[in-house]
Amino acid sequence: MDKPRILEIDPVTRVEGHGKVTVHLDRQGNVNEARLHIVEFRGFERFIQGRLLWEVPVIVQRLCGICPVSHHLCAAKAMDRIVGVDQLTPTAEKMRRLMHYGQVMQSHVLHFFHLSAPDILFGFGSPAEKRNVFEIIRQNPELGHRAVLMRKYGQEIIEATAGKKIHGTGAIPGGINRNLSTERRDQFLAQIDEMQDWALEALALARDYCLREKDFIAKFGGQPSNYMSLVRPGDGALDLYDGNLRMLDARGEAIFDQVDDSRYHEYLTEDVRRWSYMKFPYINSIGADDGWYRVGPLARMNTADLIDTPLAAKAHEDLHAAFDTPLIHGVLDNHWARMIEVVHCVEKIRELLNDPDLQGTDLVVKGERRHEGVGVIEAPRGNLIHHYKVDENDQVTFCNLIVSTTHNNEAMNRSIRDVANKHISGQEVITEGMMNHLEVAIRAYDPCLSCATHALGQMPLKVELFDSNDVLIDSALQSP
Amino acid sequence: MSTDRKARIATVSLAGCFGCHMAILDMDERLIDLMARVEFDRSPLNDLKRFTGRCDIGIVEGGCCNEENVHTLQEFRRNCDVLVALGQCAIMGGLPAMRNAIMHSDDPLRDCLDEAYLSSPYTRNLTNTVPNDPVLPLLLDRVYPCSEVVEIDLQIPGCAPSGDIIHDTLIALLDGKFRGFERTELRFD
Repeated sequence: MDKPRILEIDPVTRVEGHGKVTVHLDRQGNVNEARLHIVEFRGFERFIQGRLLWEVPVIVQRLCGICPVSHHLCAAKAMDRIVGVDQLTPTAEKMRRLMHYGQVMQSHVLHFFHLSAPDILFGFGSPAEKRNVFEIIRQNPELGHRAVLMRKYGQEIIEATAGKKIHGTGAIPGGINRNLSTERRDQFLAQIDEMQDWALEALALARDYCLREKDFIAKFGGQPSNYMSLVRPGDGALDLYDGNLRMLDARGEAIFDQVDDSRYHEYLTEDVRRWSYMKFPYINSIGADDGWYRVGPLARMNTADLIDTPLAAKAHEDLHAAFDTPLIHGVLDNHWARMIEVVHCVEKIRELLNDPDLQGTDLVVKGERRHEGVGVIEAPRGNLIHHYKVDENDQVTFCNLIVSTTHNNEAMNRSIRDVANKHISGQEVITEGMMNHLEVAIRAYDPCLSCATHALGQMPLKVELFDSNDVLIDSALQSP
Repeated sequence: MSTDRKARIATVSLAGCFGCHMAILDMDERLIDLMARVEFDRSPLNDLKRFTGRCDIGIVEGGCCNEENVHTLQEFRRNCDVLVALGQCAIMGGLPAMRNAIMHSDDPLRDCLDEAYLSSPYTRNLTNTVPNDPVLPLLLDRVYPCSEVVEIDLQIPGCAPSGDIIHDTLIALLDGKFRGFERTELRFD
C-alpha cells in the first residue's frame, strides 16, 4: 500500500439507531486508530426544561423505540422521588416490574435472533445479503418463528401493563395507572411454559456457541475491564428494576459497592471528545484515562452475587464454572449472559403473573414534594441513569441522562480497535466480511444508538481510516 | 404492483428513535407471511447499506436533523416509486423537533449543545468546545419533517404506528387497493 487510508462503515447495520465506524490505516496498512462515532444529536437535556414533571416519563421514552420502557420507568422512578414517594404500593411496583421484565425479554430476543444471530449462525464473513433475520426464517423456519413469537410475548406484556407496545403510558409519578385483568393474566399464563422451554433452548444455543468458540472469543475485542450495575441491597442479587450501584474491577474487587443511586455523580463523570456526540464516562477515583468500565448483561453476570430464580441461578453458576477467572471478559460472552437474563425474565414473569397483587386497586401514593430526583434502572443494554430537578411550578429545570450505550462507549471503541488490529491491520485486501467483524464486536454490546444520540440525533456506523497525524486518508464502506 | 415478482422495500431511520422499525417487527407472524410477497433492499434490519436497485416502496422513519439525513432522504426519493413517511417524526418532526422551539431562546440548537457538552455539572470538557470533528455531519438549524425536504406519497400516522396499521397499509399498497385511513386511525398515540 502506498498511501494511508481511512475505511468507513456507514451506517452500522443490525444495531438500534445510527452510527458509523472509521478505521485509520498507515502506509503499511496498519491500523492507527478505529473509532465508533455517534453522528446525531437531540438536545434532550435542554428541550425538556420547562416541561411538566408528569409529562417526562411519556416524553423521554421517545428517545428510544427499542427500550422505551426503560426510559419510561427510569423517569418515573426519578419522578417518584420528586413527588416524595420512596415506596410504591405492591400493585404499582409489581406492574412496573412486569412491564420491565417483558421489555428486557423482548429486547434481548430481538437483539439475539433478529440482529446478532445471523453472524453466529452463518459466520461473520458470510455474504452480506444473507446476514439477516429473514434468511434465518428461510433456512430455519422453526427457530425464526420462535424468535418472532418470543418477542411478541414480551411486547404484549408491555401492551398489557403500559397500554401500548411502543411508547406506552403505564407508569406515573408515584405509581401506575392500571392493574392487570385476570383475562390478560390467564392468556399470558397459558403460554408461559412454552416461553420457558424456548428461552432455555435459546440459552443452550448461545451457551454452546460461546463454549465452542471459547478460544476465539477470548481474543476477540475483549479485555479485562471494570463492570457496573445495580445489585439488590443486602445480598447483592441480580435486580433489573431497582437496587444500589456496584462497580467491580477486573479481578472482582469492589471499587465502590452498595452506593445509593442518587449519588452516582460522586463516582462517575462524563468526558467530552470532539469526534463523537456520545460522551465517555469514567470512574472518578481512577480518572479519565483508565477509569472506563462496561455495563450490560455480561457486566450484570459479573457483578451479581446470585440470581433469585432457580433456572437462571443454575445458568449463572454454570457460566462462571466455565471460566477460571473471577470475572468473565469476552465481549461475545454477552450473548450467553443475555440469554440467561431471558430465562430470568420468563421466571420472573411467571412469578408475577401468579401474584394476586397484580389485580390490586391501590395504584398511586403521594408524599412531600422534593425538588430533585434520580432514577436508575438496569435497561436491557445496561445501567441507565435519569436525573431531574423540578421547580415549585412542576416544571423541569435540569436534566442529566447517562444511557447504557454511553457507559459502554470507551469499551466499544477499545473492542473495535482490538478487532481492527487483529483482522484488518496489514491486510492487502480488506473484504466486506473483515469489516463485518468490527460490527460483530459492536453488536455484542447491543448498543442503542438511538438512546445514545439523546444529546443530538442519530448514529450511523461508518469506518474511517486515519494516518498517524490524524488525517483522514480514505474511507471505505463496509458494503459494496 | 406486479404480482409475478416480489416487491422490493427499502427502509431507513433518520432522526427517529427506531420505534417505527420496531413497529414493523410488531407485524409478528404476518411479517413472515409478507416475506412471500416482498424482499428488503437496503434497511437497518439487514446488511445492505446502499440501494441495490429500484424499489417499489421506501419507508422512512424520522425527520431530518442533519445534512446526512437530507441526502439519505433524497436518495430514497430517487430510488423508490412510493415513498412512505412512517410515524410522527417523519410526518412532522416529532420529539427531535422539540429543539426547534425552546422558549426564550434565540438559538435553540446552540442552547442544546451548550447544555449537553459545556454547562453540564457532571461533564468534563477539556477543550471547552462541542464535538466538531469533520466526520460528524453538520446539524441543521431546525429538525425538518420529510415532506418539507422531498415529496412524500403517503403518511402512516402514530407514535409509533401499530404493527396492524403498517401491515394493512402495505398489503393495500401491494394489492393496489389503498384507499386512505379510517378516521379512528388518524391519531398520534
